[in-house]
Formats: sequence, structure tokens, C-alpha cells
Amino acid sequence: MKYKDYYAILGVERSADADTIKKAYRKLAQKYHPDVSKDPQGEEKFKEIAEAYATLKDREKRAAYDQLGRHAPGEDFRPPPDWGTRFGGDFGNAFEDLDLSDFFEQFAGRGARGRRGGTAVPGQDYEVTAHIGLEDAYRGATVDLELGVPEFDENGLMRRAPRSFKARIPKGATDGQRLRLRGQGGKGANGGPDGDLYLNIALRAHPLFRASGHDLYLDLPLAPWEAVLGATVEVPTLGGTVQLKVPPGTQTGQKLRLAGRGLPRPHGGAGDLYAIAQVAVPRTASEREIALYRELAEGASFNPRGHFVQETTDEHSTR
Amino acid sequence: MSIQPAETWLDARCEVSFEELARLSGLPETDLRELVEYGALAPNEPRSERWVFSGECVVAARAAKRLRESFDLDSGALSLALGFLERIRALEEELRSLRAQLPRAF
Repeated sequence: MKYKDYYAILGVERSADADTIKKAYRKLAQKYHPDVSKDPQGEEKFKEIAEAYATLKDREKRAAYDQLGRHAPGEDFRPPPDWGTRFGGDFGNAFEDLDLSDFFEQFAGRGARGRRGGTAVPGQDYEVTAHIGLEDAYRGATVDLELGVPEFDENGLMRRAPRSFKARIPKGATDGQRLRLRGQGGKGANGGPDGDLYLNIALRAHPLFRASGHDLYLDLPLAPWEAVLGATVEVPTLGGTVQLKVPPGTQTGQKLRLAGRGLPRPHGGAGDLYAIAQVAVPRTASEREIALYRELAEGASFNPRGHFVQETTDEHSTR
Repeated sequence: MSIQPAETWLDARCEVSFEELARLSGLPETDLRELVEYGALAPNEPRSERWVFSGECVVAARAAKRLRESFDLDSGALSLALGFLERIRALEEELRSLRAQLPRAF
């Protein structure tokens, strides 16, 4: 069994009183609780903190933990020979590969008794974040998930084992949505129902499209003459390329809507795709092109800064 | 109407009964009632004899269960925390939407 220093995890002295331990836990929990924290490592850190607190807040468990002695974090160790008898644990030679958290969770055989008895025990719910691409949200996808799940050995002892399994995400997902997969959590015992799997959907960034709910946004670069004269241009969508009519006089920032070309909604229909016009100019130009631009500059009446003069005049007149 | 399909989006279209909300969240019914009284969870038809909740309430009630266990909060404090979390979620969604509409530099 690998040693974990619960006191160090909570940042308290081994002599700390219950109140100090509680305060230290709460302070860390506020920082790393998965419902509060935005730290990507928060969930893992919180599990560690909660595990340490669950043992140290319980006087009996803390006493048993203290009797395990001091070891370096991660060091393989065995409890003292009389430890099991003194603290009511009945683990035989089951210390190998057993996680310290599982050990204390079923301290004094509590977990094992619950499992061995005839009472129906519902399976555990699992909750994980599924990172998927926009294409997965568009078509639906099967994702591979890795979870540490509790399992019981032939002695009724619980061990957490890494398990990978597949989950189907139907089309219609978008960022922040939650999906419940009934019966795909932990197995129930003694006739208890299986738990559920809850997926928090997180969309991965896409090189072209940005999602807002089920709508998508795409930057659409246009040559100056396309913006002025209008054009029909090819635009990528998640379902393939489509033709988009750009009206004459299109401005930078103008949104051109492609109805129903966004992400599909879970209950039918789809969001829209908005192409945001961006008038782009070439970084270099040939002599011929420069000559044409000069000719245009000399003949054009367009003044993009005309409103400067108007608004400066208005400002002076109101003083 | 209860959740029956194997896959359910927990959104406004999904509906769960009061008893089912208690089962899915793991919160005792008395706690759930208090959260409704404090306004942290809102039934679709508050005056109805049989409360029905949206799938979004399942998400909130499960968060309430975790927060209650982790911080030992009473229902008042829990409702306040859930209210703030909902505001943060709404603001993040708005931010995400505004960022999506912001053109990238070429």
C-alpha cells in the first residue's frame, strides 16, 4: 500500500486540532471543489483533499491513520502487525495494491459488511467531462472514457481499478450540456439498480468555427472588390461546402446567416451558421494592381472617415 | 413524465418528478422542498400538486448534494451558492457567445 500524507495534503501539523483541520479543508475545498473551481486539475486535487479530510475529521479513523506511522508520500508500507486487531480491520493479507483511501472508506469492515449483506445497494453514479470535437457534436460520437471505479474482490474488499469504457453521445451536444446515460454507472449489488453516467460536454476549439449554443460563427475573408461588388463564395460548413451569396456593399463585421447550418439541436432542427465578413487586403501588390488602386483612389468619392468631421463639428457646437 | 430513454439531455425539455429528482440527486425530499422554498430549484408549475422539474434542476440538485456534503451548508447558504453558480454559468455562456462572435485576427 502506498502512503499518503493526509496532514501535508491539508497543509496542517500532525498535532492540529479538529477545528484547524476543518478550516484548512474548507479553505482548500473552496479553491478546488469541482463545482466552484476552474482549475483543470481541481477535481483531482479536491478528491485528494476530501480523502484526507474524510479520515482526519473522524477521531477513530485519525487515530488509526496516526498508528500507521510516518512515511514518505508514495512509499510502499505495511501497517504494524497488530494494527488490524487494534482498529477492527479484517484485511488479512489484502494490503498489497490496496489504495489508502479505499482502505479507510471501508475502515473496520464497514464497506465490506454493506457489500456482503443482503441489502440492495444501488450502483455508484459516475460524472465525467467528455471533450469532443465539433464534428462529434454534429454527427454524434462514441467516446472512450477512463475512470477509476470501485470494485470488490472475493473477500468483499473494495479496490479502485482503472476502467475504460465507451459512451455514445447522440448528436445535439454543445458546450456545457449535460447528458445522463441511464444504467451506465457502477453496478448495483444484491438487486440494487446500476448507477448512471453523467457526461459534462466540453467542446474542443475548432480551427475555423466557434460555437455559441448551437449557432456557429466563421470568419469570412473577402477581397475588397468582392465586398463592393458582391460575390458568390464557397463557405465550409460541418456538413460540407455551400455557396454563399455576398451582397454588394458588404461591410467588415457584417454577419451573413446560413440558416440551419449550425449544430443540430437534440430535439430536432439546428442552429445557424454566421459568416462574419472580414474585408482583407493583400500584403503585397503587383505594379498593375497598384496602378489600378491608384486609379480607383483618384476617381472614388468614398470617404470612410467622413463621420470624424461631422462628429467633431457636433462636439464643438455642444460646448 | 419520467426519464426513460437510455440517453437523456438534461435540459429544459427533459422533465422529472419530485421523487425522481430526489433519487437522481441523492438529496432527501425534505432538503429538496427547502431548496424549492428558497427558490434555488423551481418546479415548472409551482402551484401544481405534483411538481415537475426540468433536467436543468437535476444538474443543480446534484451540485447541491455535492456542495452540502463538502461544505456542510444549510439550505439557505446552499441556495445562495447555487444562485451564484447559476449567475456565473449564465455570464460564462454570454462571454462564450460574445467571444464566438469576435473575429480572429488574420
